[in-house]
Amino acid sequence: MSLQVEIRHRQGDFTLDVAFHAPRGVTALFGRSGAGKSTVLNVVSGLLQPDQARITLDGAALERLAPHARRIGYVFQEARLFPHLSVAGNLDYGARYAQGAAGGIARDEVIALLGLETLLARRPAALSGGEAQRVALGRALLAQPRLLLMDEPLASLDAPRKAEILPYLEALKARAGLPILYVSHAMDEVARLADTLVLMRGGTVTAAGRLQDVLADPAAVPLVGVRDAGAVLDGVVQGQRDGLAQIAVGDALLHLPGVTAAPGARVRVRVLAQDVILARTRPTGISAQNVLHVTIRSVQMGDGPGAAVALDLSGALLLARVTARAVRELELREGMACFAVLKATSVAPMSIGS
Amino acid sequence: MMGLDPAGAEALRLSLRVAGLATVLALPVALGLAWLLARRDFPGKGLLNAAILLPLVLPPVVTGYLLLLAFGRTGPVGRALEAAFGLVLAFNWTGAVLAASVMALPLMVRALRLAFEAVPPGLEDAAATLGARPWSVFTTVTLPLIAPGVLAGAVLGFAKALGEFGATITFVAAIPGQTMTLPSAIYTELQVPGGEARAAVLTLWACAVAVLAVLASEWLARRMAARVAG
Repeated sequence: MSLQVEIRHRQGDFTLDVAFHAPRGVTALFGRSGAGKSTVLNVVSGLLQPDQARITLDGAALERLAPHARRIGYVFQEARLFPHLSVAGNLDYGARYAQGAAGGIARDEVIALLGLETLLARRPAALSGGEAQRVALGRALLAQPRLLLMDEPLASLDAPRKAEILPYLEALKARAGLPILYVSHAMDEVARLADTLVLMRGGTVTAAGRLQDVLADPAAVPLVGVRDAGAVLDGVVQGQRDGLAQIAVGDALLHLPGVTAAPGARVRVRVLAQDVILARTRPTGISAQNVLHVTIRSVQMGDGPGAAVALDLSGALLLARVTARAVRELELREGMACFAVLKATSVAPMSIGS
Repeated sequence: MMGLDPAGAEALRLSLRVAGLATVLALPVALGLAWLLARRDFPGKGLLNAAILLPLVLPPVVTGYLLLLAFGRTGPVGRALEAAFGLVLAFNWTGAVLAASVMALPLMVRALRLAFEAVPPGLEDAAATLGARPWSVFTTVTLPLIAPGVLAGAVLGFAKALGEFGATITFVAAIPGQTMTLPSAIYTELQVPGGEARAAVLTLWACAVAVLAVLASEWLARRMAARVAG
Protein backbone atom coordinates (compact mmCIF):
# COMPACT_ATOMS: atom_id res chain seq x y z
CA MET A 1 0.00 0.00 0.00
CA SER A 2 1.52 3.28 -1.02
CA LEU A 3 0.37 6.61 -2.35
CA GLN A 4 2.05 8.83 -4.92
CA VAL A 5 0.88 12.44 -5.16
CA GLU A 6 1.70 15.10 -7.76
CA ILE A 7 -0.42 18.27 -7.80
CA ARG A 8 -0.21 21.60 -9.57
CA HIS A 9 -2.99 24.06 -8.82
CA ARG A 10 -3.51 27.82 -8.88
CA GLN A 11 -6.10 29.50 -6.69
CA GLY A 12 -6.01 33.29 -6.87
CA ASP A 13 -2.40 34.23 -6.16
CA PHE A 14 -1.66 30.97 -4.32
CA THR A 15 0.12 28.26 -6.26
CA LEU A 16 0.29 24.69 -5.03
CA ASP A 17 3.05 22.63 -6.59
CA VAL A 18 3.81 19.45 -4.68
CA ALA A 19 5.01 15.92 -5.28
CA PHE A 20 5.57 13.34 -2.54
CA HIS A 21 5.35 9.67 -1.72
CA ALA A 22 3.37 8.29 1.22
CA PRO A 23 4.23 4.68 2.11
CA ARG A 24 2.22 2.48 4.46
CA GLY A 25 1.84 4.02 7.88
CA VAL A 26 1.24 7.63 8.88
CA THR A 27 2.55 10.40 6.62
CA ALA A 28 2.33 13.82 8.23
CA LEU A 29 1.97 17.00 6.18
CA PHE A 30 3.44 19.64 8.47
CA GLY A 31 3.52 23.38 7.94
CA ARG A 32 1.99 26.67 8.96
CA SER A 33 -1.55 27.60 7.99
CA GLY A 34 -1.62 28.67 4.38
CA ALA A 35 1.07 26.17 3.36
CA GLY A 36 -1.47 24.27 1.25
CA LYS A 37 -1.80 21.15 3.43
CA SER A 38 -5.60 21.03 3.45
CA THR A 39 -5.69 21.77 -0.27
CA VAL A 40 -3.61 18.62 -0.82
CA LEU A 41 -6.16 16.55 1.12
CA ASN A 42 -9.07 18.09 -0.79
CA VAL A 43 -7.43 17.25 -4.11
CA VAL A 44 -6.55 13.70 -3.04
CA SER A 45 -10.14 13.14 -1.84
CA GLY A 46 -11.57 14.53 -5.08
CA LEU A 47 -13.51 17.34 -3.38
CA LEU A 48 -11.36 19.90 -5.21
CA GLN A 49 -10.63 19.68 -8.93
CA PRO A 50 -7.03 20.87 -9.44
CA ASP A 51 -5.50 22.21 -12.63
CA GLN A 52 -3.26 19.17 -12.83
CA ALA A 53 -2.85 16.09 -10.67
CA ARG A 54 -1.54 12.55 -10.67
CA ILE A 55 -2.61 10.53 -7.69
CA THR A 56 -1.82 6.85 -7.69
CA LEU A 57 -2.66 4.38 -4.96
CA ASP A 58 -0.85 1.06 -5.45
CA GLY A 59 -0.37 1.92 -9.11
CA ALA A 60 -4.06 2.70 -9.77
CA ALA A 61 -4.86 6.24 -10.92
CA LEU A 62 -7.40 8.06 -8.76
CA GLU A 63 -7.45 11.58 -10.17
CA ARG A 64 -10.24 10.97 -12.67
CA LEU A 65 -12.61 9.30 -10.22
CA ALA A 66 -15.50 11.13 -8.51
CA PRO A 67 -15.09 11.49 -4.72
CA HIS A 68 -17.63 8.75 -3.93
CA ALA A 69 -15.78 6.27 -6.13
CA ARG A 70 -12.32 6.82 -4.60
CA ARG A 71 -12.91 4.96 -1.32
CA ILE A 72 -10.85 7.44 0.65
CA GLY A 73 -11.81 8.09 4.27
CA TYR A 74 -11.68 11.75 5.30
CA VAL A 75 -11.73 12.95 8.90
CA PHE A 76 -12.24 16.70 8.90
CA GLN A 77 -11.14 19.23 11.50
CA GLU A 78 -14.77 19.66 12.56
CA ALA A 79 -16.28 16.19 12.87
CA ARG A 80 -19.02 16.87 10.30
CA LEU A 81 -21.37 14.29 11.79
CA PHE A 82 -24.87 14.15 10.32
CA PRO A 83 -27.06 15.97 12.86
CA HIS A 84 -30.24 14.15 11.86
CA LEU A 85 -28.75 10.72 12.64
CA SER A 86 -27.70 9.16 15.95
CA VAL A 87 -24.11 8.03 16.53
CA ALA A 88 -25.13 4.52 15.43
CA GLY A 89 -26.83 6.03 12.37
CA ASN A 90 -23.67 7.93 11.49
CA LEU A 91 -21.57 4.77 11.79
CA ASP A 92 -24.05 2.85 9.64
CA TYR A 93 -23.95 5.61 7.04
CA GLY A 94 -20.23 4.92 6.69
CA ALA A 95 -20.87 1.20 6.21
CA ARG A 96 -23.87 1.69 3.93
CA TYR A 97 -22.01 2.27 0.66
CA ALA A 98 -19.10 -0.02 1.45
CA GLN A 99 -20.95 -3.29 1.03
CA GLY A 100 -18.90 -5.79 -0.88
CA ALA A 101 -15.60 -4.12 0.00
CA ALA A 102 -13.10 -6.85 0.79
CA GLY A 103 -10.87 -7.26 3.84
CA GLY A 104 -12.84 -4.81 5.91
CA ILE A 105 -12.86 -3.86 9.56
CA ALA A 106 -16.03 -4.96 11.38
CA ARG A 107 -18.48 -2.59 13.08
CA ASP A 108 -17.93 -4.18 16.51
CA GLU A 109 -14.19 -3.87 16.15
CA VAL A 110 -14.41 -0.17 15.25
CA ILE A 111 -16.72 0.47 18.21
CA ALA A 112 -14.30 -1.32 20.56
CA LEU A 113 -11.19 0.31 19.03
CA LEU A 114 -12.57 3.82 19.48
CA GLY A 115 -14.51 3.25 22.71
CA LEU A 116 -17.91 4.15 21.24
CA GLU A 117 -20.03 1.59 23.12
CA THR A 118 -21.77 4.08 25.40
CA LEU A 119 -22.29 6.74 22.72
CA LEU A 120 -24.30 4.76 20.14
CA ALA A 121 -27.78 6.07 21.04
CA ARG A 122 -26.70 9.68 21.39
CA ARG A 123 -27.23 12.52 18.95
CA PRO A 124 -24.13 14.36 17.60
CA ALA A 125 -25.29 17.57 19.33
CA ALA A 126 -24.88 15.80 22.70
CA LEU A 127 -21.24 14.77 22.11
CA SER A 128 -18.07 16.48 23.32
CA GLY A 129 -15.51 17.52 20.71
CA GLY A 130 -13.31 14.50 21.37
CA GLU A 131 -16.24 12.08 21.27
CA ALA A 132 -17.50 13.58 18.01
CA GLN A 133 -14.03 13.20 16.47
CA ARG A 134 -13.90 9.52 17.51
CA VAL A 135 -17.29 8.90 15.92
CA ALA A 136 -16.18 10.68 12.74
CA LEU A 137 -13.10 8.47 12.66
CA GLY A 138 -15.22 5.34 13.15
CA ARG A 139 -17.60 6.40 10.41
CA ALA A 140 -14.70 6.94 8.01
CA LEU A 141 -13.20 3.53 8.89
CA LEU A 142 -16.50 1.71 8.30
CA ALA A 143 -16.57 3.00 4.74
CA GLN A 144 -13.63 0.55 4.33
CA PRO A 145 -11.28 3.14 2.85
CA ARG A 146 -8.08 2.31 0.99
CA LEU A 147 -6.51 5.50 2.32
CA LEU A 148 -7.32 7.70 5.31
CA LEU A 149 -7.05 11.50 5.26
CA MET A 150 -7.03 13.40 8.53
CA ASP A 151 -7.15 17.20 8.48
CA GLU A 152 -6.00 18.49 11.89
CA PRO A 153 -8.44 16.20 13.69
CA LEU A 154 -7.19 17.39 17.08
CA ALA A 155 -6.83 21.11 16.34
CA SER A 156 -10.24 22.06 17.72
CA LEU A 157 -9.71 20.12 20.97
CA ASP A 158 -8.17 21.31 24.23
CA ALA A 159 -5.14 19.54 25.67
CA PRO A 160 -7.03 16.99 27.87
CA ARG A 161 -9.29 15.98 24.93
CA LYS A 162 -6.21 15.65 22.74
CA ALA A 163 -4.57 13.41 25.29
CA GLU A 164 -7.78 11.37 25.37
CA ILE A 165 -7.92 10.77 21.62
CA LEU A 166 -4.21 10.25 20.84
CA PRO A 167 -4.13 6.68 22.20
CA TYR A 168 -7.03 5.83 19.89
CA LEU A 169 -5.09 7.17 16.92
CA GLU A 170 -2.09 5.07 17.94
CA ALA A 171 -4.30 1.99 18.23
CA LEU A 172 -5.73 2.74 14.81
CA LYS A 173 -2.29 3.15 13.32
CA ALA A 174 -1.28 -0.23 14.72
CA ARG A 175 -4.48 -1.89 13.49
CA ALA A 176 -5.02 -0.37 10.08
CA GLY A 177 -2.82 -1.52 7.26
CA LEU A 178 -3.69 1.49 5.15
CA PRO A 179 -1.70 4.65 4.45
CA ILE A 180 -2.81 7.67 6.49
CA LEU A 181 -2.22 11.26 5.40
CA TYR A 182 -2.23 13.38 8.54
CA VAL A 183 -2.26 17.17 8.31
CA SER A 184 -1.08 19.08 11.35
CA HIS A 185 0.70 22.19 12.52
CA ALA A 186 1.42 20.70 15.96
CA MET A 187 4.83 19.00 15.99
CA ASP A 188 4.18 17.09 19.24
CA GLU A 189 1.32 15.20 17.53
CA VAL A 190 3.36 14.62 14.41
CA ALA A 191 6.41 13.37 16.30
CA ARG A 192 4.22 10.96 18.19
CA LEU A 193 2.22 9.53 15.29
CA ALA A 194 4.04 9.91 12.00
CA ASP A 195 6.38 7.53 10.21
CA THR A 196 6.97 9.78 7.22
CA LEU A 197 7.20 13.55 7.33
CA VAL A 198 6.49 16.00 4.51
CA LEU A 199 7.34 19.61 5.35
CA MET A 200 5.37 22.21 3.41
CA ARG A 201 5.68 25.96 3.04
CA GLY A 202 3.99 28.37 0.64
CA GLY A 203 2.49 25.62 -1.52
CA THR A 204 5.68 23.61 -1.99
CA VAL A 205 7.36 20.64 -0.30
CA THR A 206 10.53 21.81 1.44
CA ALA A 207 11.64 18.44 2.83
CA ALA A 208 10.28 14.89 2.89
CA GLY A 209 11.38 11.50 4.12
CA ARG A 210 11.46 9.19 7.13
CA LEU A 211 10.35 11.23 10.19
CA GLN A 212 13.55 10.50 12.15
CA ASP A 213 15.76 11.50 9.21
CA VAL A 214 13.93 14.73 8.40
CA LEU A 215 13.79 15.87 12.02
CA ALA A 216 17.49 15.13 12.60
CA ASP A 217 18.54 17.14 9.55
CA PRO A 218 20.04 20.51 10.62
CA ALA A 219 18.81 22.03 7.36
CA ALA A 220 15.22 21.33 8.48
CA VAL A 221 15.52 23.48 11.63
CA PRO A 222 14.33 26.71 9.96
CA LEU A 223 11.58 24.76 8.18
CA VAL A 224 10.24 23.14 11.34
CA GLY A 225 10.81 26.26 13.44
CA VAL A 226 13.53 26.63 16.08
CA ARG A 227 11.17 25.93 18.96
CA ASP A 228 9.82 22.70 17.47
CA ALA A 229 13.10 21.41 16.01
CA GLY A 230 14.39 18.23 17.58
CA ALA A 231 15.23 14.64 16.80
CA VAL A 232 13.00 11.66 17.48
CA LEU A 233 14.76 8.55 18.82
CA ASP A 234 13.44 4.99 18.84
CA GLY A 235 14.34 3.15 22.02
CA VAL A 236 13.54 0.06 24.05
CA VAL A 237 12.67 0.23 27.74
CA GLN A 238 15.21 -1.72 29.83
CA GLY A 239 13.88 -1.16 33.32
CA GLN A 240 13.10 1.39 36.01
CA ARG A 241 15.37 2.83 38.73
CA ASP A 242 14.81 5.74 41.13
CA GLY A 243 11.68 6.69 39.22
CA LEU A 244 13.59 6.94 35.98
CA ALA A 245 13.17 4.56 33.07
CA GLN A 246 16.28 3.29 31.35
CA ILE A 247 15.81 3.40 27.61
CA ALA A 248 18.31 1.85 25.24
CA VAL A 249 18.95 3.72 22.01
CA GLY A 250 21.51 1.60 20.17
CA ASP A 251 24.35 1.14 22.66
CA ALA A 252 23.51 4.33 24.52
CA LEU A 253 21.30 4.45 27.59
CA LEU A 254 18.90 7.31 28.40
CA HIS A 255 17.45 7.90 31.88
CA LEU A 256 14.03 9.53 31.66
CA PRO A 257 11.09 10.12 33.99
CA GLY A 258 7.44 9.58 33.14
CA VAL A 259 7.81 6.39 31.12
CA THR A 260 5.54 3.72 32.56
CA ALA A 261 5.94 1.16 29.77
CA ALA A 262 7.11 -2.31 30.77
CA PRO A 263 10.63 -3.53 30.00
CA GLY A 264 10.92 -4.57 26.37
CA ALA A 265 8.39 -1.98 25.16
CA ARG A 266 9.40 0.19 22.24
CA VAL A 267 9.10 3.90 22.90
CA ARG A 268 9.66 7.03 20.91
CA VAL A 269 11.59 9.87 22.53
CA ARG A 270 11.51 13.39 21.19
CA VAL A 271 14.55 15.46 22.21
CA LEU A 272 14.12 19.15 21.43
CA ALA A 273 17.26 20.63 19.87
CA GLN A 274 17.17 23.57 22.29
CA ASP A 275 17.32 21.17 25.28
CA VAL A 276 20.65 19.62 24.22
CA ILE A 277 23.91 21.08 25.62
CA LEU A 278 27.26 20.22 24.02
CA ALA A 279 30.57 19.75 25.88
CA ARG A 280 34.06 18.98 24.55
CA THR A 281 34.97 17.02 27.68
CA ARG A 282 32.80 14.86 29.91
CA PRO A 283 31.26 17.24 32.45
CA THR A 284 31.52 16.18 36.09
CA GLY A 285 29.56 17.22 39.16
CA ILE A 286 26.51 18.00 37.07
CA SER A 287 22.87 17.36 37.94
CA ALA A 288 21.83 16.36 34.39
CA GLN A 289 21.21 12.61 34.32
CA ASN A 290 22.06 12.07 30.65
CA VAL A 291 25.58 12.67 29.43
CA LEU A 292 25.90 10.94 26.08
CA HIS A 293 28.94 10.21 24.01
CA VAL A 294 28.24 11.49 20.48
CA THR A 295 30.04 12.28 17.22
CA ILE A 296 29.33 15.45 15.24
CA ARG A 297 27.96 14.66 11.78
CA SER A 298 27.52 18.21 10.53
CA VAL A 299 27.29 21.81 11.67
CA GLN A 300 24.83 24.20 10.07
CA MET A 301 25.19 27.91 10.84
CA GLY A 302 21.85 29.72 10.98
CA ASP A 303 21.03 33.19 9.69
CA GLY A 304 20.87 34.61 13.21
CA PRO A 305 23.02 33.87 16.28
CA GLY A 306 22.07 30.17 16.30
CA ALA A 307 23.57 27.04 14.81
CA ALA A 308 22.24 23.50 14.41
CA VAL A 309 24.54 20.56 15.10
CA ALA A 310 23.69 17.04 13.93
CA LEU A 311 24.98 14.31 16.22
CA ASP A 312 25.46 10.56 15.90
CA LEU A 313 24.36 8.70 19.03
CA SER A 314 25.46 5.11 18.45
CA GLY A 315 23.76 5.06 15.06
CA ALA A 316 20.74 7.17 15.98
CA LEU A 317 20.49 10.82 15.03
CA LEU A 318 20.30 13.64 17.56
CA LEU A 319 20.04 17.36 16.94
CA ALA A 320 21.40 20.20 19.07
CA ARG A 321 20.77 23.90 18.75
CA VAL A 322 23.57 26.05 20.18
CA THR A 323 24.85 29.56 19.57
CA ALA A 324 27.18 30.32 16.69
CA ARG A 325 29.61 31.72 19.28
CA ALA A 326 29.66 28.35 21.08
CA VAL A 327 30.46 26.63 17.78
CA ARG A 328 33.45 28.99 17.31
CA GLU A 329 34.67 28.83 20.91
CA LEU A 330 34.44 25.03 21.17
CA GLU A 331 35.71 24.69 17.57
CA LEU A 332 32.92 22.23 16.83
CA ARG A 333 33.28 20.54 13.45
CA GLU A 334 32.32 17.44 11.58
CA GLY A 335 33.77 14.15 12.86
CA MET A 336 34.59 15.53 16.31
CA ALA A 337 33.69 13.40 19.35
CA CYS A 338 31.97 15.27 22.17
CA PHE A 339 29.31 14.95 24.88
CA ALA A 340 25.62 15.80 24.64
CA VAL A 341 24.02 16.73 27.94
CA LEU A 342 20.29 16.60 28.45
CA LYS A 343 18.26 17.23 31.51
CA ALA A 344 16.08 14.20 32.28
CA THR A 345 12.97 16.24 33.03
CA SER A 346 13.10 18.23 29.79
CA VAL A 347 12.53 15.23 27.57
CA ALA A 348 9.01 14.26 26.57
CA PRO A 349 8.84 10.54 25.92
CA MET A 350 6.02 9.18 23.86
CA SER A 351 4.97 5.62 23.77
CA ILE A 352 4.61 3.97 20.43
CA GLY A 353 3.15 0.63 19.48
CA SER A 354 5.66 -2.08 18.66
CA MET B 1 -72.99 22.03 5.47
CA MET B 2 -72.31 24.65 8.16
CA GLY B 3 -74.32 27.36 6.42
CA LEU B 4 -72.68 26.80 3.02
CA ASP B 5 -75.03 26.66 0.05
CA PRO B 6 -74.11 24.20 -2.75
CA ALA B 7 -72.36 26.92 -4.77
CA GLY B 8 -70.31 27.97 -1.74
CA ALA B 9 -69.38 24.34 -0.97
CA GLU B 10 -68.31 23.91 -4.57
CA ALA B 11 -66.12 27.05 -4.37
CA LEU B 12 -64.47 25.74 -1.16
CA ARG B 13 -63.84 22.30 -2.67
CA LEU B 14 -62.40 23.85 -5.83
CA SER B 15 -60.16 26.20 -3.82
CA LEU B 16 -58.74 23.33 -1.75
CA ARG B 17 -58.17 21.24 -4.89
CA VAL B 18 -56.53 24.09 -6.81
CA ALA B 19 -54.32 25.18 -3.90
CA GLY B 20 -53.36 21.59 -3.04
CA LEU B 21 -52.50 20.68 -6.61
CA ALA B 22 -50.64 23.96 -7.18
CA THR B 23 -48.53 23.29 -4.05
CA VAL B 24 -47.73 19.72 -5.08
CA LEU B 25 -46.82 20.75 -8.64
CA ALA B 26 -44.82 23.86 -7.73
CA LEU B 27 -42.84 22.26 -4.86
CA PRO B 28 -40.48 20.08 -6.97
CA VAL B 29 -39.94 22.97 -9.40
CA ALA B 30 -39.20 25.31 -6.50
CA LEU B 31 -36.85 22.69 -5.00
CA GLY B 32 -34.87 22.47 -8.25
CA LEU B 33 -34.73 26.24 -8.74
CA ALA B 34 -33.77 26.89 -5.11
CA TRP B 35 -30.98 24.31 -5.39
CA LEU B 36 -29.69 25.97 -8.57
CA LEU B 37 -29.72 29.41 -6.97
CA ALA B 38 -28.17 28.24 -3.68
CA ARG B 39 -25.52 25.84 -4.95
CA ARG B 40 -24.55 26.64 -8.54
CA ASP B 41 -22.96 29.58 -10.28
CA PHE B 42 -23.88 30.10 -13.92
CA PRO B 43 -24.30 33.01 -16.33
CA GLY B 44 -27.78 34.49 -16.15
CA LYS B 45 -28.30 33.47 -12.52
CA GLY B 46 -29.37 36.99 -11.56
CA LEU B 47 -31.82 37.05 -14.44
CA LEU B 48 -33.35 33.71 -13.44
CA ASN B 49 -33.70 34.91 -9.84
CA ALA B 50 -35.44 38.08 -11.02
CA ALA B 51 -37.79 36.11 -13.30
CA ILE B 52 -38.79 33.83 -10.41
CA LEU B 53 -39.45 36.78 -8.11
CA LEU B 54 -41.40 38.74 -10.75
CA PRO B 55 -44.92 37.50 -9.78
CA LEU B 56 -44.19 38.69 -6.23
CA VAL B 57 -43.71 42.30 -7.32
CA LEU B 58 -45.94 42.58 -10.43
CA PRO B 59 -49.61 43.45 -9.92
CA PRO B 60 -51.36 40.04 -9.95
CA VAL B 61 -53.63 41.26 -12.74
CA VAL B 62 -50.56 41.82 -14.91
CA THR B 63 -49.31 38.29 -14.16
CA GLY B 64 -52.76 36.94 -15.07
CA TYR B 65 -52.78 38.89 -18.31
CA LEU B 66 -49.28 37.67 -19.22
CA LEU B 67 -50.45 34.09 -18.54
CA LEU B 68 -53.42 34.69 -20.80
CA LEU B 69 -51.13 35.98 -23.56
CA ALA B 70 -48.84 32.94 -23.32
CA PHE B 71 -51.24 30.16 -22.26
CA GLY B 72 -54.49 31.37 -23.82
CA ARG B 73 -55.95 29.25 -26.63
CA THR B 74 -54.34 31.59 -29.18
CA GLY B 75 -51.12 32.11 -27.21
CA PRO B 76 -47.98 30.25 -28.37
CA VAL B 77 -47.74 27.88 -25.37
CA GLY B 78 -51.51 27.43 -25.04
CA ARG B 79 -51.85 26.45 -28.69
CA ALA B 80 -48.98 23.97 -28.46
CA LEU B 81 -50.40 22.38 -25.27
CA GLU B 82 -53.84 21.97 -26.83
CA ALA B 83 -52.42 20.50 -30.03
CA ALA B 84 -50.11 18.09 -28.23
CA PHE B 85 -52.14 17.00 -25.18
CA GLY B 86 -55.60 18.47 -25.70
CA LEU B 87 -54.91 20.47 -22.52
CA VAL B 88 -56.80 23.77 -22.29
CA LEU B 89 -55.77 26.11 -19.46
CA ALA B 90 -57.55 29.40 -20.15
CA PHE B 91 -60.95 29.72 -18.46
CA ASN B 92 -60.55 26.23 -17.05
CA TRP B 93 -59.85 25.01 -13.50
CA THR B 94 -56.44 23.68 -14.69
CA GLY B 95 -55.58 27.29 -15.52
CA ALA B 96 -56.43 28.27 -11.96
CA VAL B 97 -53.85 25.69 -10.82
CA LEU B 98 -51.24 27.24 -13.13
CA ALA B 99 -52.01 30.78 -11.92
CA ALA B 100 -51.83 29.69 -8.27
CA SER B 101 -48.54 27.81 -8.91
CA VAL B 102 -46.92 30.81 -10.58
CA MET B 103 -47.95 33.08 -7.73
CA ALA B 104 -46.82 30.60 -5.05
CA LEU B 105 -43.46 29.76 -6.67
CA PRO B 106 -41.46 32.84 -5.56
CA LEU B 107 -42.40 32.34 -1.90
CA MET B 108 -41.48 28.65 -2.05
CA VAL B 109 -38.15 29.30 -3.79
CA ARG B 110 -37.19 31.89 -1.18
CA ALA B 111 -37.98 29.58 1.74
CA LEU B 112 -36.17 26.63 0.14
CA ARG B 113 -33.14 28.66 -0.90
CA LEU B 114 -32.66 29.78 2.70
CA ALA B 115 -33.01 26.15 3.82
CA PHE B 116 -30.33 24.99 1.36
CA GLU B 117 -28.00 27.75 2.47
CA ALA B 118 -28.51 26.79 6.13
CA VAL B 119 -27.24 23.22 5.61
CA PRO B 120 -23.90 23.16 7.50
CA PRO B 121 -21.11 23.36 4.94
CA GLY B 122 -19.16 20.20 4.38
CA LEU B 123 -21.79 17.64 5.39
CA GLU B 124 -22.48 16.80 1.76
CA ASP B 125 -18.74 16.55 1.04
CA ALA B 126 -18.41 14.22 4.01
CA ALA B 127 -21.20 12.01 2.62
CA ALA B 128 -19.48 11.90 -0.77
CA THR B 129 -16.20 10.71 0.78
CA LEU B 130 -18.20 7.95 2.50
CA GLY B 131 -19.16 6.61 -0.92
CA ALA B 132 -22.57 8.23 -1.50
CA ARG B 133 -23.34 9.25 -5.07
CA PRO B 134 -24.64 12.81 -5.63
CA TRP B 135 -28.29 11.72 -5.74
CA SER B 136 -27.88 9.62 -2.57
CA VAL B 137 -26.21 12.58 -0.85
CA PHE B 138 -29.25 14.68 -1.74
CA THR B 139 -31.82 12.19 -0.49
CA THR B 140 -29.99 11.00 2.64
CA VAL B 141 -28.33 14.21 3.87
CA THR B 142 -29.59 17.36 2.13
CA LEU B 143 -33.30 16.56 2.03
CA PRO B 144 -33.65 15.49 5.69
CA LEU B 145 -31.79 18.62 6.77
CA ILE B 146 -33.91 21.02 4.69
CA ALA B 147 -37.20 19.25 5.56
CA PRO B 148 -38.35 22.06 7.90
CA GLY B 149 -37.66 24.56 5.11
CA VAL B 150 -39.59 22.40 2.62
CA LEU B 151 -42.53 22.35 5.00
CA ALA B 152 -42.37 26.11 5.51
CA GLY B 153 -42.22 26.64 1.74
CA ALA B 154 -45.17 24.32 1.16
CA VAL B 155 -47.30 26.06 3.79
CA LEU B 156 -46.46 29.51 2.43
CA GLY B 157 -47.18 28.33 -1.10
CA PHE B 158 -50.48 26.69 -0.10
CA ALA B 159 -51.60 29.84 1.70
CA LYS B 160 -50.68 32.01 -1.27
CA ALA B 161 -52.45 29.66 -3.69
CA LEU B 162 -55.56 29.57 -1.51
CA GLY B 163 -55.76 33.35 -1.37
CA GLU B 164 -54.79 34.02 -4.99
CA PHE B 165 -57.37 36.25 -6.68
CA GLY B 166 -56.07 38.78 -9.20
CA ALA B 167 -54.11 36.53 -11.55
CA THR B 168 -56.73 33.80 -11.33
CA ILE B 169 -59.72 35.99 -12.18
CA THR B 170 -57.79 37.58 -15.07
CA PHE B 171 -56.58 34.28 -16.54
CA VAL B 172 -59.57 31.98 -15.95
CA ALA B 173 -62.38 34.38 -14.83
CA ALA B 174 -64.85 33.16 -12.15
CA ILE B 175 -67.11 30.56 -13.72
CA PRO B 176 -69.25 28.93 -10.99
CA GLY B 177 -68.35 25.25 -10.59
CA GLN B 178 -65.32 25.58 -12.87
CA THR B 179 -63.02 28.41 -11.91
CA MET B 180 -64.82 30.16 -9.08
CA THR B 181 -62.50 29.76 -6.10
CA LEU B 182 -63.25 30.95 -2.57
CA PRO B 183 -61.84 34.49 -2.99
CA SER B 184 -63.62 35.06 -6.29
CA ALA B 185 -66.86 33.66 -4.82
CA ILE B 186 -66.62 36.13 -1.91
CA TYR B 187 -65.90 38.94 -4.35
CA THR B 188 -68.84 37.93 -6.57
CA GLU B 189 -71.28 37.72 -3.61
CA LEU B 190 -70.27 41.21 -2.54
CA GLN B 191 -71.21 42.52 -6.00
CA VAL B 192 -74.76 41.12 -5.65
CA PRO B 193 -77.37 43.00 -3.55
CA GLY B 194 -78.14 40.91 -0.43
CA GLY B 195 -75.05 38.71 -0.89
CA GLU B 196 -73.31 39.90 2.31
CA ALA B 197 -74.64 37.02 4.42
CA ARG B 198 -73.30 34.41 2.01
CA ALA B 199 -70.01 36.32 1.74
CA ALA B 200 -69.75 36.28 5.55
CA VAL B 201 -70.19 32.48 5.69
CA LEU B 202 -67.54 32.00 3.00
CA THR B 203 -65.22 34.34 4.88
CA LEU B 204 -65.63 32.28 8.08
CA TRP B 205 -64.75 29.15 6.13
CA ALA B 206 -61.68 30.82 4.62
CA CYS B 207 -60.53 31.78 8.12
CA ALA B 208 -61.11 28.24 9.42
CA VAL B 209 -59.04 26.67 6.61
CA ALA B 210 -56.22 29.16 7.18
CA VAL B 211 -56.10 28.56 10.96
CA LEU B 212 -56.15 24.78 10.47
CA ALA B 213 -53.30 24.96 7.94
CA VAL B 214 -51.16 27.08 10.28
CA LEU B 215 -51.79 24.80 13.27
CA ALA B 216 -50.96 21.68 11.25
CA SER B 217 -47.73 23.17 9.92
CA GLU B 218 -46.64 24.35 13.38
CA TRP B 219 -47.16 20.85 14.75
CA LEU B 220 -45.24 19.27 11.87
CA ALA B 221 -42.44 21.85 12.13
CA ARG B 222 -41.95 21.13 15.84
CA ARG B 223 -41.69 17.39 15.17
CA MET B 224 -39.20 17.92 12.34
CA ALA B 225 -37.06 20.39 14.27
CA ALA B 226 -36.80 17.91 17.14
CA ARG B 227 -35.72 15.19 14.71
CA VAL B 228 -33.11 17.27 12.89
CA ALA B 229 -31.56 18.98 15.91
CA GLY B 230 -31.45 15.75 17.90
